[in-house]
Amino acid sequence: MSFSLPEGTVLGLLGPNGAGKTTAVRVLATLLRPDSGTATVLGLDVVRQAEQVRRVIGLAGQYAAVDEKLTGRENLRLVGRLYHLPTAEISSRADALLERFELSDAADRVVKTYSGGMRRRLDLAASLVNRPKVLFLDEPTTGLDPRSRLSLWEVIEDLVRDGTTLLLTTQYLEEADRLADRIAVVDGGTVIAEGTSDELKDKVGGSVLIARPSSPASLEALCEVFGRLRSGEVKRLPSGEVSVPATGIALVAKAARALTTAGVEVSELGLRRPTLDDVFLTLTGHLAEATEPAAPTKKGRR
Amino acid sequence: MTSTSPSPAASGGFRYAVQDAMTLAGRNLRHTTRQPELLVFSTVQPVLFVLLFRYVFGGSINTAATGVNYVNYLMAGIFVQTTAFASTSTGVGLAEDLSKGIVDRFRSMPISRSAVLAGRTLGDLVRMVGIVLIMAVVGIAVGLRPHSLVGFVGAVALTALFGFSFSWISAWIGLSVKDVETANVAGFVWLFPLTFASSAFVPLASLPGWLQAFAKATPVTPTCDAVRVMLTGHGSLGRPLTISLLWMLVILVVCSVLSVRKYRQVT
Repeated sequence: MSFSLPEGTVLGLLGPNGAGKTTAVRVLATLLRPDSGTATVLGLDVVRQAEQVRRVIGLAGQYAAVDEKLTGRENLRLVGRLYHLPTAEISSRADALLERFELSDAADRVVKTYSGGMRRRLDLAASLVNRPKVLFLDEPTTGLDPRSRLSLWEVIEDLVRDGTTLLLTTQYLEEADRLADRIAVVDGGTVIAEGTSDELKDKVGGSVLIARPSSPASLEALCEVFGRLRSGEVKRLPSGEVSVPATGIALVAKAARALTTAGVEVSELGLRRPTLDDVFLTLTGHLAEATEPAAPTKKGRR
Repeated sequence: MTSTSPSPAASGGFRYAVQDAMTLAGRNLRHTTRQPELLVFSTVQPVLFVLLFRYVFGGSINTAATGVNYVNYLMAGIFVQTTAFASTSTGVGLAEDLSKGIVDRFRSMPISRSAVLAGRTLGDLVRMVGIVLIMAVVGIAVGLRPHSLVGFVGAVALTALFGFSFSWISAWIGLSVKDVETANVAGFVWLFPLTFASSAFVPLASLPGWLQAFAKATPVTPTCDAVRVMLTGHGSLGRPLTISLLWMLVILVVCSVLSVRKYRQVT
């Protein structure tokens, strides 16, 4: 696995469970020694200069690494003390982070009583105590409800605006699309494609004409009509939709006429830019949610 | 030449390592205050043992040959057994931390590996001193009469040091089994025969020969003997104290090395 991340940018590692995303993050965060290959963070080798790496990174992840038996405030102060921040700064930093992550009201409650979203926010706050130059977020919103996910995204977007270099792993295409400057698609322990969201979508091709049959029974007829448009290969998407490459808006009108003539009912018809879902499907032949065993070897450069 | 493993010096020296251990010990003690039931459970059982041995079995245990009455004989054993049992929480706590992911946070930070372990055992040491003092109060209530203040302080200190060394055994067990429930059982079962087959509750002379041989070969017997001499002022201190301290030194060195190595492996 090889990827690099310029300072001040956000790289999204996108891939299914077991693709090796977490392993990559654990190597870069000095939690795991790479079996082979090298990895550097800000030019520091994660094995030989682990100590220096630890001083400039922050890590938050899917298993919110906070102390359940302490309060939110105590958690942040503990982290501040362990980073040897000046005593006066520890309190003000903790208060500021609690404020920023909307945890002020819950600051003196034991973390055990927090919701999943609150724990993740506290975990993220804890990873920011030392103002890290590079931040690793390992599936920060996995398992969260949509509202908590949205509020966490907003927080992460704030961080990105402040210029934090961020490596984000996710199995949600929408998340990578929204947060990352560049996306590395990971599958089976290797990076199978890398680029901006737009570049990846271009790889799949241009826009497509999409139609959704109003009932599964009309799927065959729909494919047949699309085939007669002679616009290119007709694809049946896992979402139940049917697509065909489209060059312009004229094709929509043509398709509408053809469908009406053939008497095929559709509930949706329109042009669409390829989604990351399409990208993933094209690149891997399976959906992002599929699982594969992790491949252990790892190579990464910042 | 390149350094392969980060030394504590790299993260700000020995002073920082000690400071980190203290910070983490504070965290550990805060847990104790958040779970008062844990402290209650770790004192209820030894209090029951005090009552059981003082009033039920004590009458039929003859300690005349040792020169002290039974309650004064008993309390040294209670002190030592109580701290041995209390030491099991070190391994349980570590296994719990490992299962919760908080250790990942610590490991991604520039703090020394040994500080995490030392913080745990130091926090447990403070807790054990507290438990021994509670047991001393209970002992005094049922008739313990410490011979001198110096002796009493020495007895508490030696007991706590014994518990501290056993904390490192527990740490190694906890890190080896990694699972909270298993750590609880594995940390505990062997302490039962070890502490009972000793001079903790009965004079060694009353044991069959083969068991005496075993009892003499464990760290429990010399520690009980030394604590007892300090509490009661009867008997000679030098030999049991020396053997006890040597035991602790060996346990501390061996188990801290094993634990730190295990910690690096599992995390």
